[in-house]
Amino acid sequence: MKELNFPFDGKDIIRRRLAIRKQLLSDGTVRIKKRVAVLGGSTTDHVIAALELFLLNFGIEPVFYQSEYNKFYEDAVFGNQELDSFEPDIIYIHTSSRNITMFPESPAEKAEEVENRLSQQFAVFKQVWESLMQRFNCPVIQNNFELPLFRRTGSYDGWSVSGHAAFIERLNVMLSDYARANHGLYIHDINYLSAVCGLANWHDAEAWYLYKYAMSTSVIPDLAYSLACIIKSIYGRNHKVIDLDLDNTLWGGVIGDDGQEGIEIGPETAVGQSYSEFQSFIRGYKDYGILLAVCSKNDESNAVLGLEHPSGILKPSDFVSIKANWEPKDRNITETSQELSLGLDSFVFIDDNPAECAMIEGQLPMVQTVSMNNVQNAMYTLTRGGYFEVTSVSEDDMKRSEMYAANAQRAAQRGSFESYEDYLVSLQMSAVIYDFKPLYIQRITQLVNKSNQFNLTTKRYNENEIKEVSISPDHICLCGRLLDKFGDNGIVSVIIGRKNGNVLDIELWLMSCRVLKRDMELAMLDELVSQAERAGIRRIKGYYYKSPKNSMVSEFYGSIGFELDEKLENGDSVWHLDLKGYENKNKVIKILEKENI
Amino acid sequence: MDTKEIISRLNGVFRDVFGDDSISVSQDTTSADIEDWDSLAHINLMDAVENEFGLRFKMREVSSMKNVGDMIRLIAERGK
Repeated sequence: MKELNFPFDGKDIIRRRLAIRKQLLSDGTVRIKKRVAVLGGSTTDHVIAALELFLLNFGIEPVFYQSEYNKFYEDAVFGNQELDSFEPDIIYIHTSSRNITMFPESPAEKAEEVENRLSQQFAVFKQVWESLMQRFNCPVIQNNFELPLFRRTGSYDGWSVSGHAAFIERLNVMLSDYARANHGLYIHDINYLSAVCGLANWHDAEAWYLYKYAMSTSVIPDLAYSLACIIKSIYGRNHKVIDLDLDNTLWGGVIGDDGQEGIEIGPETAVGQSYSEFQSFIRGYKDYGILLAVCSKNDESNAVLGLEHPSGILKPSDFVSIKANWEPKDRNITETSQELSLGLDSFVFIDDNPAECAMIEGQLPMVQTVSMNNVQNAMYTLTRGGYFEVTSVSEDDMKRSEMYAANAQRAAQRGSFESYEDYLVSLQMSAVIYDFKPLYIQRITQLVNKSNQFNLTTKRYNENEIKEVSISPDHICLCGRLLDKFGDNGIVSVIIGRKNGNVLDIELWLMSCRVLKRDMELAMLDELVSQAERAGIRRIKGYYYKSPKNSMVSEFYGSIGFELDEKLENGDSVWHLDLKGYENKNKVIKILEKENI
Repeated sequence: MDTKEIISRLNGVFRDVFGDDSISVSQDTTSADIEDWDSLAHINLMDAVENEFGLRFKMREVSSMKNVGDMIRLIAERGK
């Protein structure tokens, strides 16, 4: 819903929240359901009200548990039956500097005393996280601390031994250090958010005295939005592609009219500098696995000429797709989405022309548009919009762009072969199929939560659940890594099977769409059968659960030799494969021994 | 601003906050008259009334407001 996209009108959202909620719940969107526990150190009603709307808008339907006022510590550490039976999927701890109880009290305190206070204060929060993780085994999101509005000693408060701002800054570092070292804890940076809103707007002492709100109700929508971004990122709902216009978006001027020497990019002019900064900002997204694409009304030769400007930072090779032509942009974006096998809801489209943005909003409402009236505005919208909120970075992320570029090369080769199998052989593919090794747990979790198309059951597991099945004797878990002459595709396929007597139920089978039609699924099946046979399994059962995005695999089990048991009216189906007499199906991928890689 | 105009604008605010287009307030309306008027709705209402009429209630006023009539009086004094 457009009114819930950044920049939103927080006051209006809260005022009309019931109507907005009703509209979202009746719009026919299929949403994943999540149980969210909110443990507060201050009043949380507004937070929950706004969070619900933003999560619904991100495709997540939340149910909430709300702690009693300021009972976050008690709920976490001593437990609470209501919370236990709620079985949260995710826990948010809504604390603030109002919950710091061990501030230095006198300028006479020595450094060691303050140090002692810090470690005691930190221990309170650490105890909260550790108790929660032990009991619930689920992601925990923790606010860090905002700076106070009032200070007695001026700047000295920020750097003196007993300063409160100094105390907060040090505590925040301790939170970050812990979160980096311990998976499953995510820091919600309200220290940044309160600064960006302005501390004078953020703090509202009256809201505290009257209602025990730790911040102004007017900034709570901002807080809830930024929190919702972390949650949707944990559940794999991030955007994945930035699709960019060129003229007056990546440089000043029009390349077709002004020529390469006439466009503004680089240090000579103020406008040129602004576009250099923008290009470098956008370039940085690549390192987090975000794909860049071009969608511009231009002749392709001119587009490339502009991107080859000697002062340019983005080069043609930085983009996984360059669409420079005179077709309508919605058509170009749709094509790019098909080429990359990514849904339109993965796209953020940036254009300086508001008419193009409006056209995309009308034709392709699932594409997020950023109408760019100037560079700083676009960077701010990208910053606050949270489209690419990072909750984990895997090594694959850092290489993703190269992998997609290699895909484009592979596609270019495809044309010149006699048969498809010749082409596959020419790719010199090899694969390693592992159990769930600890090294890959993060990548597996990421794949499990974001693969929608080649995904037979779309069952989601969080990181802890993945760890659990990985060591469970009742499960067979496989993850496959595919290499070819163009590079390493990383972990691209995951299977989780549960043993049930001499039957194995496939609870999850997914594959990254970038390796479709490479026979990797056959290599995975061969390995699954071989492990199943060793475990005394006679029959494998496959389940297809229809989702809005996985129709490509509705007949998958049939295509690899399973027999149909039943087909339900809702589109789901059940299949089986008897293992007796099974012969390996993969002919084109060389299976490497795990030790040799 | 006369009472009639204030009531008409207040009705718009109440209808949004409680999601109920049939609400019609009077001087005597209290939180007991509207089923969903709980503490969350109350804060929403205060915020929304303040935004609608461009004023800020004082703490003492918020805690001593007994009915919509009290609200109207304050709006008539300071509202825009």
